[in-house]
Amino acid sequence: MTIPTRSTLFGAVLLLAGVIGFALLPSVVGGYGLSLAINFLMFAILATAWAMFSGPSGYVSLATVAFFGIGAYTVAVLGEQLPWGAVLLLAAGIAFVVALLVGLSTLRLRGVYFVIFSFGLAELIRQVVNWYESTQAGSVGRYVFLDITQEQIVWQLTAVLALLFIVGWLIQRSRVGFALRMIGDDETVALHCGVNITLIKVLVFSLSAAFMALVGAIVAPRWTYLDPSIAFNPNISFQVLIMALLGGARRLYGPLLGVIPMVLLFEYLSTHFPHLFSVLLGVTFLAIVYLVPHGVAGLIDSYVQRYRARFPGHPAQQEGAS
Amino acid sequence: MPSISLARAILGIGACVALSFPAMGEDLPESIRIGYAVSDTGPYAGGAGTTITPNYKLWVEEVNKAGGIRVGDRQLPIEVVAYDDRSSSEEAVRAVERLINQDEVDFVLPPWGTALNLAVAPVLNRAGYPHLAVTAVSDRQQDLMDRWPRLFFFLSTSSHYAEGIVTMLEELRESGEIEGRVAMVNVADQFGIELANAAEALLQEADFDVVYNQSYPPGTQDMQGIINSARQRDPEAFLAFSYPPETIAITDQAQTLGFNPPLFYTAVGTAFPLYQDRFGDNVEGVLGIGGVDVGSEVMVDYIERHTELTGQAPDLWASAPTYASLEVLQQAIERAGSIDHEQVVAEMENGTFDTVLGEITLDGRAYWEGWQVGQWQDGVFRAIGPSDRDGAAEIVLPKPAWQ
Amino acid sequence: MAFLDALLNGLTLGGMYALVAMGLTLQYGVARIMNLSYGEFLIAAAFAAYWLFQVQAINPLLALLLVVPVAFAANWLIYQIMLHPLVKRSRNRGELEVNSILATFGLLFVIQGLVLLLFGSNYFSYTYISNVFIVAGSPLAADRLLAVAVAVVMGSGLYLLLMRTRPGTALRAVSVDPRAAQLAGIDVRAASAMAFALGGGLVAASGVLVSMFTTFNASMGVVFTMKALIVVIMGGAGHLLGALTAGLILGLVESFVAVYVAPGLTLAATFALFLIVLLVRPTGMMGRAGA
Repeated sequence: MTIPTRSTLFGAVLLLAGVIGFALLPSVVGGYGLSLAINFLMFAILATAWAMFSGPSGYVSLATVAFFGIGAYTVAVLGEQLPWGAVLLLAAGIAFVVALLVGLSTLRLRGVYFVIFSFGLAELIRQVVNWYESTQAGSVGRYVFLDITQEQIVWQLTAVLALLFIVGWLIQRSRVGFALRMIGDDETVALHCGVNITLIKVLVFSLSAAFMALVGAIVAPRWTYLDPSIAFNPNISFQVLIMALLGGARRLYGPLLGVIPMVLLFEYLSTHFPHLFSVLLGVTFLAIVYLVPHGVAGLIDSYVQRYRARFPGHPAQQEGAS
Repeated sequence: MPSISLARAILGIGACVALSFPAMGEDLPESIRIGYAVSDTGPYAGGAGTTITPNYKLWVEEVNKAGGIRVGDRQLPIEVVAYDDRSSSEEAVRAVERLINQDEVDFVLPPWGTALNLAVAPVLNRAGYPHLAVTAVSDRQQDLMDRWPRLFFFLSTSSHYAEGIVTMLEELRESGEIEGRVAMVNVADQFGIELANAAEALLQEADFDVVYNQSYPPGTQDMQGIINSARQRDPEAFLAFSYPPETIAITDQAQTLGFNPPLFYTAVGTAFPLYQDRFGDNVEGVLGIGGVDVGSEVMVDYIERHTELTGQAPDLWASAPTYASLEVLQQAIERAGSIDHEQVVAEMENGTFDTVLGEITLDGRAYWEGWQVGQWQDGVFRAIGPSDRDGAAEIVLPKPAWQ
Repeated sequence: MAFLDALLNGLTLGGMYALVAMGLTLQYGVARIMNLSYGEFLIAAAFAAYWLFQVQAINPLLALLLVVPVAFAANWLIYQIMLHPLVKRSRNRGELEVNSILATFGLLFVIQGLVLLLFGSNYFSYTYISNVFIVAGSPLAADRLLAVAVAVVMGSGLYLLLMRTRPGTALRAVSVDPRAAQLAGIDVRAASAMAFALGGGLVAASGVLVSMFTTFNASMGVVFTMKALIVVIMGGAGHLLGALTAGLILGLVESFVAVYVAPGLTLAATFALFLIVLLVRPTGMMGRAGA
């Protein structure tokens, strides 16, 4: 294609540095540091995958945990029978297919109807799994006894995050990404321009679902014990949504900018004010909503714009969505 | 798995460094640091707030008032680091890792419930900490203890409790008090299902007539359909293997719908102080898990202390074992004369302990002597099963009508 | 009679769902605030009723007279101070939805945290009335019947208010199209604040009523938020009759599935029904096309 622009190169270097950083992390920090890193990577992938579809298209999904849970359950059921790589592939594959079916059936839903539908979907899956496990499998809880260490979890998550960024970048600069943004701006216009709305929406949705399932699958061995209320805990969907929106969902790196402060904030508050956690989190949250109205990415953009306005000689780089 | 073996090779050095530092030297600190992460919020908060947190507070306060824990020739006060795991497995794992690695606590007290105890078990095991999983109940107890050699259980297995109530039904049938029509429901949660499966098998084996057997999802608020269906089949015994919110809902709706079988059993939550507060005299005759021997002075004294200091009465099933587990920990530390984990664990495994449950041992790392069935009699949740044990009260049947 | 039992139970349950959802139709339908802290207000009101009943010996029906006005005022202030700036800065409906999700999510934590600080994490419950009516051999709990009766009174009152009065017409106009309403000389901000506050009053009322027969704790708000959202969306956003019908249908389905299929599938059945309704009618049962 074209010669890589400066910002693309910059992004690639940053990505490489990140991967190396996380790969070396286990030898630097102890168990707690790793734990924090896992938490960060987990939400980084979920939020970025969420924003890959919901950001440009404007469809706000609360089904994140449905796919996360599918991944976790794949491990719980098949983890001891198949080689690990096959389990991961299967987890991603199942989530992809489920998302495909869901996507095809929800084409007519828009706005808040899609939001609540996606929430209902996650709950339905949880209820059905619960019912199946309790009446057919004879036990709701499953034990995941796999010898996977914290370090391995960090490496796997790092690899998935890197892959996600590459895929996300490729989509963004391709016709698919352009079409998706068009759908987000005005679906009718997109249709008239000959964009195959259905195909593109459903494909990107399924792809993001596959990444979410990978996270669930990789993290599941950490918890030893899984039941539907753990694997399909709706809080995960909400947290992901909040982090992505806070960071700025219209840019690929946006969610990351939300995940970093939020993970640190959650951690700080639960360490220092465990009993005031709720109130302080709420207050901080409100403060962020009012003081950083367009997300962290928006904040950065406005600085960049101000900088460019002051130095008009500087060539404006056009990339991604704005 | 090529990537993983490669990873393992690179990591060898790092892991060694990471694992070598929590070696507890014999130069004793000024205090014993004890950490816990319990659900203050989220769906487990109700259970944790009733059973776990008040006991931790009571114990710490009592020990510190008495000068602390005696280690060797010194009295060390307890210093507490407490977090909220927000009823989430991920939070619980991270909180325990934080307690061990950042706060460097000497001992970690367990969270509430089977799920969270299992989630933190591998972390505690890796760091070599003893794990007194008081509120964990699993039929895979033995398997789990084999896996994690410092794990202790206090409430025995689910099937143990099912056996308790079914044995009681058999005795009642023999004495001619019931013919054998049983209705049962259970919450579709691990503990509820294990109880129900065990009970169902035992009931079938003993040739009982199970007229109704259904499960309902956790979080069900409306029980009228279930109560009505059970009522229409006119059972003599109604067994609900339920969790606290539904235990209340089931009793409440049985009461309003006038469903009053001779034997009425609800599982977790029947022994909660809330239950009696809520239903007053109507608790009379209701059966549940747990129970107290009112003849035991230490127990009566414990209940009084608990009520006075924490402002709420204890849960009459798992509260006393929770407190007893803390007494075990304290006595094991004092006997070992050290806070070295291996020595403390060895004391726990082999010693006899003087607790609010009486003299107990943790033979095979589990306490087996808890009461299986209790019944509200004259405003007290008295232990009635196993019926041949000292301190068991006689069961009172039929249950009086709801008022 | 299994059928009559299930029917009566379904009607009381459905009445309760309709009651819980009524306030949200106003908040979302008219004021366009997607209020994630809705259930927290319900729980807070339930705790207030508990406290008034147990400590002050004020019965829940009288408590309504105290709790509802306070909730009304609090919600009015919340709209004016917290939410109106969001409305002003949002360029379109989608942006407002995102902003209100974020802001009320923060509010959710604040309220939940305060309730936790005041009451702790335990389960709470109290008994106010325990009478039972027998209808053709089927028992019917008086406290639930009372809740449904109040729901019916409030529902019809609200319906009349919306349909027969000038302020009600203003609210409906804002619900259909805020910009056009403004052109017609309606003070959209005042109407939205009124709708949001009314919704807050209604949810507080339902909290008080629900507390008479449910066990609750500080963390249960989200359960009610989600139930209410599902009822509102299934009925068609901003459609009072739609929400009432959807609530009743969900209650009946839950009750009949419990009796005739399996109690384990009740929640699955309600979610499945909700999803099917949306698939057939993407804007809810009574929603306007393209809303």
